[in-house]
Amino acid sequence: MEKRIRVLVAKPGLDGHDRGAKVVARALRDAGFEVIYTGIRLTPEQIAEAALQEDVNVVALSLLSGAHNTLFPRIVEIMKQKGIKDVLTIGGGVIPDADIPGLKAAGIAEVFTPGTPTEKIIEFIKANVK
Amino acid sequence: MDIVAELLNGSKLAISRAITAVENEYGDAVEILQKIYPHTGRAYVIGITGPPGAGKSTLTDKLTKEYRSRGKTVGIIAVDPSSPFSGGAILGDRIRMNELTMDEGVFIRSMATRGSLGGMSRKTAEAVKVLDAAGKDIIFIETVGVGQSEVDIVKAADTTLVVLVPGLGDDIQAIKAGILEIGDVFAINKADRDGVERLHIEIEMMLDLDQNETEWRPKITRTIASQNQGVVELVDSIEEHAAYMVKTGLIQKRRFARTRNEILTMLDEAIQAYLKKKVANSRFEALTEEVSQRKNDPYSAVKSILAEVLK
Amino acid sequence: MANESLKAKQEAYAAKVEKAVAKNPERINLPKMRLATPLDIEGFDYEKDLGFPGEYPFTRGVQPTMYRGRFWTMRMYAGFSTAEESNKRYRYLLESGGTGLSCAFDLPTQIGLDSDDPKAEGEIGKVGVAIDSLADMEILFDKIDLGKVSTSMTINAPASVLLAMYIAVAEKQGVSADKLNGTIQNDILKEYAARGTYIFPPKPSMRLITNIFEYCSKNVPHWNTISISGYHIREAGSTASQEIAFTIADGIAYCEAAIKAGLNVDDFAGRLSFFWNAHNNVLEEVAKFRASRRVWAKVMKERFGATNPKSWMLRVHTQTAGSMLTAQQPDNNVVRVALQTAAAVMGGTQSLHTNSKDEALALPTEDSVRVALRTQQIVAEESGLADTVDPLGGSYYVEYLTNKIEAECWDYIKKIDELGGAVVAIEKGYIQREIQDSAYKWQMEVEKKERIIVGVNKYQIKEKPPEGLLRVDASVGDFQKGKLAKMKAGRDQAAVAAKLAALETACKDEHANLMPLILDAVKVYATLGEICGVMRKVFGEYQPHVSL
Repeated sequence: MEKRIRVLVAKPGLDGHDRGAKVVARALRDAGFEVIYTGIRLTPEQIAEAALQEDVNVVALSLLSGAHNTLFPRIVEIMKQKGIKDVLTIGGGVIPDADIPGLKAAGIAEVFTPGTPTEKIIEFIKANVK
Repeated sequence: MDIVAELLNGSKLAISRAITAVENEYGDAVEILQKIYPHTGRAYVIGITGPPGAGKSTLTDKLTKEYRSRGKTVGIIAVDPSSPFSGGAILGDRIRMNELTMDEGVFIRSMATRGSLGGMSRKTAEAVKVLDAAGKDIIFIETVGVGQSEVDIVKAADTTLVVLVPGLGDDIQAIKAGILEIGDVFAINKADRDGVERLHIEIEMMLDLDQNETEWRPKITRTIASQNQGVVELVDSIEEHAAYMVKTGLIQKRRFARTRNEILTMLDEAIQAYLKKKVANSRFEALTEEVSQRKNDPYSAVKSILAEVLK
Repeated sequence: MANESLKAKQEAYAAKVEKAVAKNPERINLPKMRLATPLDIEGFDYEKDLGFPGEYPFTRGVQPTMYRGRFWTMRMYAGFSTAEESNKRYRYLLESGGTGLSCAFDLPTQIGLDSDDPKAEGEIGKVGVAIDSLADMEILFDKIDLGKVSTSMTINAPASVLLAMYIAVAEKQGVSADKLNGTIQNDILKEYAARGTYIFPPKPSMRLITNIFEYCSKNVPHWNTISISGYHIREAGSTASQEIAFTIADGIAYCEAAIKAGLNVDDFAGRLSFFWNAHNNVLEEVAKFRASRRVWAKVMKERFGATNPKSWMLRVHTQTAGSMLTAQQPDNNVVRVALQTAAAVMGGTQSLHTNSKDEALALPTEDSVRVALRTQQIVAEESGLADTVDPLGGSYYVEYLTNKIEAECWDYIKKIDELGGAVVAIEKGYIQREIQDSAYKWQMEVEKKERIIVGVNKYQIKEKPPEGLLRVDASVGDFQKGKLAKMKAGRDQAAVAAKLAALETACKDEHANLMPLILDAVKVYATLGEICGVMRKVFGEYQPHVSL
């Protein structure tokens, strides 16, 4: 049985706008990935722990409330503390370009802003998954 | 890291990696399973199945909380089907269990069926062994009960809980054939909906017809999982069945049968693999050609292959 | 027969079209209707289907003269950071010719958490203003006369608490509750279906809503007690027909709950209002507005037997589609918003918020908010669209589309009725699934370029990162937490405990109206989080149904 890329699609923070997360989840499924979808309003701790238990290859975060600078880096940090070293973490949402370098420095491999085709996300994952 | 030692210590990272190894049939999977085998057989395994939309995940969430309040640690394997088109899957059971994520005494793993349901029941059973060896007291296997293959997944359980909901109408006829007979305990979830009395009577009637060899009469508990109603009673009836299984020695019988089945299946697979290795594909193709042209018959063909392999 | 001759001519036209298309194929993904003629609205009955504005079934609008007397309310949704900052923005908007306020609250406020709750970390003041207690509300409306302004509050699960705070602030200003004008969104069903800021399960949530209906009908008679919202359903990806169908189904559920609670339909129906999205397709949107009024009028008159004409009217606030703003070439958004505004005005909206061009990137700056407001003012004063009532009425295509959307709407309402109403349809995930399917279809069309978004999948350019975006100061959280701690230290703790205890008791009594008790608690500075905490304890929390 072949190995499948496992992706955790998670929404940290409190916003309920899950259109993007759900569309991405479906597109990833249709690209042959196994998507663990966890719903809205998750804490960074819950997301990191779910990534640990599910042994995912990719953590895909979606956030539209503007709290990304606080929450994205914290998730990466907690995952490190838990000994998860080989996970690809990506983010998406209403994220100003000016914030992207900071997020990348904090361990977010790529940030996808509004209007990104799902195809691009799929390609990025395929090219970069560890 | 020494995955086995860490796993036996309850390391979540090790549990997680071990399940991945099993699921993907990594090279070290068999070795891991061999080493942990002596440490398995301690957990009590509960299968949860029922039609889509019955509220299985929510119920699993509440049952887990009840078991936790009774001092038990819990492992959960949630199985969802893979898409037949893309091979991908969306595994959404955690949504209803997010509160359990931060509980140190709980480990949840979502698994996709990946096309081969037969293989899936073995992998599920192996994942259960990993959680068992890691010291989980109770292990839930949750899966949608829509067909025989899903039913097989739940057969790794010591007690099987079948979850139904009122308002499925004629679907109950279809379900009757599939999953009713494997239920040791029943829950009618969303019991505040219309039709609960009718469903209750229908299940009772089907149980009356059941030609079960044991004297266990499955209990039917009404629950409203979303409001945490009936959950304590449901755990009590699961425990009652567990006690019955132990008292009557049925649990040994069931586990013996399961182990036997496991060995047979593995033996089957090993023999198949051996055959494939031993008999050249061209030889097999040639024989097939002969048989299809009526120059040979399949019975003689099998005999000749066996004779070659077993000499 | 005139139609016979017309049919013959149409067939001749069809033959010509066939040839033309063979030579020059048409673009892909177009609507089926190439050209509407009287044949496409056969059976059209002017008096029955349209009537006159201000008359049943209100297809042409809810007022006799529409914008010839007064324009729609230009209501700009605003709020960010602290009450102090938002107060400044509100006063700026009122001075710039805005005619109503629209408050955006931050997410912790929207889900009933105080700023000192760990879950609020990173979210304080981000998408709206943070309100923890009456003290913040007093600052938010400082120097704004609540007797004169009409205020819309986008608040749902804790709507009762924010309304109570508003009443309490007015009281302090010397304005009695019966003089207050405004709206609370208070629409929990679309939170479950699309927007996500729910707290309690459906049953107690519906109770809170009917409690508000009842309390306001007696004490705050000019208040719009609910804004039944299709906006967010559309933002989540629905079609135009789904937007109004699911929302009207929600409206039916609220009416049924209120009637079940013993209210008379004509006592509350006149205070129900709606909230539509103004999307990109201008003609479809105009038809949607018109169809929605006709459907609601029939629902209220025929299904609920309302006799007061006010009960039949679908009055609507509109916002231009946020999800249609692009982060690419953001200046283009000004044009999109102008077209959406035109659609809302030709559709006959009662009030309108126009989005700012930078909102796909961040909260809007003051400058971009001004352009958005000016867009409305240009449409109002210069375009002529506001000068004649229902200017597209009688267009074969618009009447055909209005009929089509109405028919699709009835189909959905029927289906939802069969499932057991909107609450059950949401609990079963039906509505969510329909929306998700439409959202996915849209996205795939965009990716396959069957649907063009200018600057996104066609006409792209290399761009420099945008500059001058509004940033919420990261210190807002600490500032807000400090204020809260100080307020808590200075209040009468015994009074707070007593009022919260009384509220808890009342929560357990299904027949009690909670509004007076919430008002009591608010007045002694019990916080939003404390009040919602009491209700969480009694009512529990909603577990979402998600199926993908």
